Amino acid sequence: MAIDAVTAKSSVPSSFSRTVHLTVNGVARESTVENRLLLVHYLREHLRLTGTHIGCDTSHCGACTVLVDGKTVKSCTMLTVMADGKQVTTVEGLETAGKLHPVQEGFTKEHGLQCGFCTPGMMMASVALLAKNPHPTEDEIRRGISGNLCRCTGYVNIVKAIQYAAANAPPPAAGTGGA
Amino acid sequence: MIPPNFEYYAPSSLNEAIGLLDQHQGEAKILAGGMSLIAMMKLRLVEPGALIDINRIPGLSYLKEDAQFLHIGATTRTNDLGDSDVVRMRYPILSDAGREIADPTVRNMGTVGGNVCHGDPGNDLPACLLALDAQLVAQGPKGPRTLAAREFYQDTFVTALAPNEILTEVKIPRPGTGAGSAYSKMERKVGDFATAAVAVALTLGKSGGIDAVGIGLTNVGPTAIYARAASEFLKGKAGADAEIAKAAELAAEAASPVADNRGPVEFKKDMVRVWSRRTLRRAIDRAKGVH
Repeated sequence: MAIDAVTAKSSVPSSFSRTVHLTVNGVARESTVENRLLLVHYLREHLRLTGTHIGCDTSHCGACTVLVDGKTVKSCTMLTVMADGKQVTTVEGLETAGKLHPVQEGFTKEHGLQCGFCTPGMMMASVALLAKNPHPTEDEIRRGISGNLCRCTGYVNIVKAIQYAAANAPPPAAGTGGA
Repeated sequence: MIPPNFEYYAPSSLNEAIGLLDQHQGEAKILAGGMSLIAMMKLRLVEPGALIDINRIPGLSYLKEDAQFLHIGATTRTNDLGDSDVVRMRYPILSDAGREIADPTVRNMGTVGGNVCHGDPGNDLPACLLALDAQLVAQGPKGPRTLAAREFYQDTFVTALAPNEILTEVKIPRPGTGAGSAYSKMERKVGDFATAAVAVALTLGKSGGIDAVGIGLTNVGPTAIYARAASEFLKGKAGADAEIAKAAELAAEAASPVADNRGPVEFKKDMVRVWSRRTLRRAIDRAKGVH
């Protein structure tokens, strides 16, 4: 696996920075970052992965939701140094070999977005929800995405999109244990 | 928003973390989930010179039950409370809280220890621990000591924890026969702090009367509040509607909320009364096996 080194353009003393190793969407990264660098800024500004959005910047809205070791986190309220050694997945990592993830397909087919700002975070929350509970009820879906706000209030179609993904997810490959 | 600069340490043992805390003389803060701390640093409400990240210390995240206590490690995530079968069966108050704290994504990071020792009256677990008469284990340079939750909260963001101590474990007394508990939170929307919330843990005797009860209140005063008068009033009572109503009034009297965008003082006190009544009834129903 290739290692891409990303070095922070920073003039602060080294006691305020640190070298971290993390894997983002399957690519190993070695980066020297300020201790205070938020994960969302690392993703957007250092790696130029601008699919992850900054909404409220106060951990309420969920637009910045990414997966860290498979669990959703609000990347506006996590330090990059806390992700040292971990696997990070952003919306850019959902598509595989040119094929959309079932959740992405669901949002397309069921019109699960209006302005689109909440969509990346909403989809990451959906992916985590379905990994834990592949066939959620509507109530479980609504609870599962309750940390993600849609200012267009497009929740009805977002729920349908997740139901589409649940119904159309490919069965787990044989021998993988259905992870 | 970008937090001010700070030194960052990720110790791999508790002793190392305590040493760093001691060495920084009150200038360092413990970083667990960071859900309150990082948010407050971004707003420049706190500017610690150093953060000591305890997430990489092995053996601090667990839920273990023995004959006397449920032991909860400090870095156990709040979602783990809502997901645990043992918690749901025997500590439903914590299961309730584990589904009401903030939102599911915040609960993936937010820790039990952080929620308990941050000292914000809006945190949900402190009222539960007051109701449950929980114990807190703190480790400092001189070793561990145990504190009563009911003596832990001194003022907003001020607890009995010394500047060089780390909260390592929460101990919940294991409930006996006839125990029931519940936590009910009135919130404007998911992710908001409570307008008012009530925690109840009680034990019914063989005759169905109330042998013991603890009532805790969230976000209606400078700290989480143990409603002592209401709790003591109900002890030995049969649990009749008039007694529950009287206890709920006493709980409302124990509240000292401030007016804000969640409502005026009178409204919040009345919500304590209403939700105390409902939560007491819910806990009694659970103790009787009615769900």
